[in-house]
Amino acid sequence: MKFQRLVLACAAVLTLCPVAARAQLTVEITGAGANRLPVAIADFTGERIVAQALTSVVRADLERSGLFRLVDAGGPLADNAAPPFEDLKTRGADAVVGGAVATAADGRYETRVRLSDVPKQAVLGNPAYLHTGAQLRATAHRIADFIYEKLTGEPGVFSTRIAYVVKSTGRYELKIADADGSNDQAALASREPIISPAWSPDGGKLAYVSFEAKKPVVYVHDLASGRRHVAANFKGSNSAPAWSPDGKQLAVVLTKDGSSQLYIVNADGSGVTRIATSSGIDTEPRWSPDGQFIYFTSDRGGSPQIYRIPTSGGSAERVTFEGSYNVTPRLSPDGKSLAFISRNGGRFQLALMDLATKQTQILTDSTKDESPSFAPNGRMILYATEIGGRGVLAAVSSDGRVKQKLSVQAADVREPAWGPLVR
Amino acid sequence: MRARLISLSVLTLLLAACGSQPPAPEQGAAGVESRTPGAVKVDTSPVTTVKPDQFDPNSIAALKDPRSPLSKRSVYFDYDSYVVKDEFQALLTAHGKFLSANPKMKMLIQGNADERGSREYNLALGQKRAEAVKKTLALLGVREDQLEAVSLGEEKPVCTESGEECWAKNRRGDMLYAGEF
Repeated sequence: MKFQRLVLACAAVLTLCPVAARAQLTVEITGAGANRLPVAIADFTGERIVAQALTSVVRADLERSGLFRLVDAGGPLADNAAPPFEDLKTRGADAVVGGAVATAADGRYETRVRLSDVPKQAVLGNPAYLHTGAQLRATAHRIADFIYEKLTGEPGVFSTRIAYVVKSTGRYELKIADADGSNDQAALASREPIISPAWSPDGGKLAYVSFEAKKPVVYVHDLASGRRHVAANFKGSNSAPAWSPDGKQLAVVLTKDGSSQLYIVNADGSGVTRIATSSGIDTEPRWSPDGQFIYFTSDRGGSPQIYRIPTSGGSAERVTFEGSYNVTPRLSPDGKSLAFISRNGGRFQLALMDLATKQTQILTDSTKDESPSFAPNGRMILYATEIGGRGVLAAVSSDGRVKQKLSVQAADVREPAWGPLVR
Repeated sequence: MRARLISLSVLTLLLAACGSQPPAPEQGAAGVESRTPGAVKVDTSPVTTVKPDQFDPNSIAALKDPRSPLSKRSVYFDYDSYVVKDEFQALLTAHGKFLSANPKMKMLIQGNADERGSREYNLALGQKRAEAVKKTLALLGVREDQLEAVSLGEEKPVCTESGEECWAKNRRGDMLYAGEF
């Protein structure tokens, strides 16, 4: 019966369904941080009982972050066994993780983990996780998040999800995957383009623009149920949805009164109000994390530049000044910096501005960067770019050092959006 | 059986020949694979009767007649510009007269942009181009409710190579009559 239901759910295209592994995003590390913390992740005792090794996922997560250097632990290590500190010191490890996987009384698994500081020979944490076999990867990501947070002081983002659009011949798919690219599922498949996915702050919904009605229309899609509704479908084009920090409203771009202008609607599509007026183009709105401002792109000054307007009302203030094309503003989760796309001599590159000092750094050396999206801990920026004429996703740390490439074989990947932290 | 085999291989050849052609712009009846909430309303009601032998410049048949300027539907734009160039005034005048003569006819104007830069900004740019076509038609006396300007941004290129020759073909406003989109 349960199986039948699953089949039925998968038959409905709009429902989240696992898809063939060949379409999966593969992650390639192309640059690492300067001072990586040496950490030894030992094989957990009892790990053989689970089909897929937990520790390999934990190691891959930590390595991908670019902040850790993996050190061979020298052998398996249980959570309750004393780590061989002297040996680990010789191997150059600053921290060591041991663990044990056992079958719990209810048939699930219990994985116990211990993280220790090698030089101080002190326990840093000792969490336990109860999980099913199907939750193995998810558990590994949670363990990696625990280690990351203990050692860096920032939350890990290994348990978060990303959304992106895959274009293959005559087909567009809005996909959701784990932050490491695995476990990808299609939320929507269409013969018409899908752009601008945006996560609701609680991670439960995606707003996006679909062209299935032969024109751009904004939808809000509930990921758990697969149900969706139209959030904006006025005469003309409807696009660029952005969630308010409280998740109750969307900033959208409508053309019902002329050219592309900024409006706010309730997430259910009711109560449309215009928030800015220009004779040219206003688009790509984004709320600042504190809800005080809406950043957007406008050509009101003659070339596309980034501006901001107070949500309480008032006049727009220009934010970018250098160059003749600065678009797609994205605020960091702490609200202190602004990622955007800047055209430099015909190349479109990811730039990062410190909003206090206005200092701007170009983070990439590519030529067709688009759609930046911050990881919810602000450490990495995911964006779309092109390599060899094919759309790929790439990620770069906000200091420009750590670099990754995420690609899908034989398809264009674009429009990435990094989901919020899951607690 | 043999005849069937031959016709099959002819079909295969034909298909292969089609395959070597550049893909046509996707303006067909394709939709999302399941529900289509918020679909645009398409007015498909017949408007006038057509006399087969006469060439009437304002008849529905003229829309598809290669002798008529109405069979041409595209207005091209310069890079980062949404100004309708003089060379397209005659074309827009023909469509303006047609729409005025056929007040029940509705037109969807789709603006397009080349691939360079932000998708959302290009969507806005395509909208500006569609609006520019719409404004020109309105100035010619076409009623506002006959026209809708929308944008496809950079999402529906007719040419997919990277280069100015191709980009120029994508910086475009297309005029589609009810039933054609």
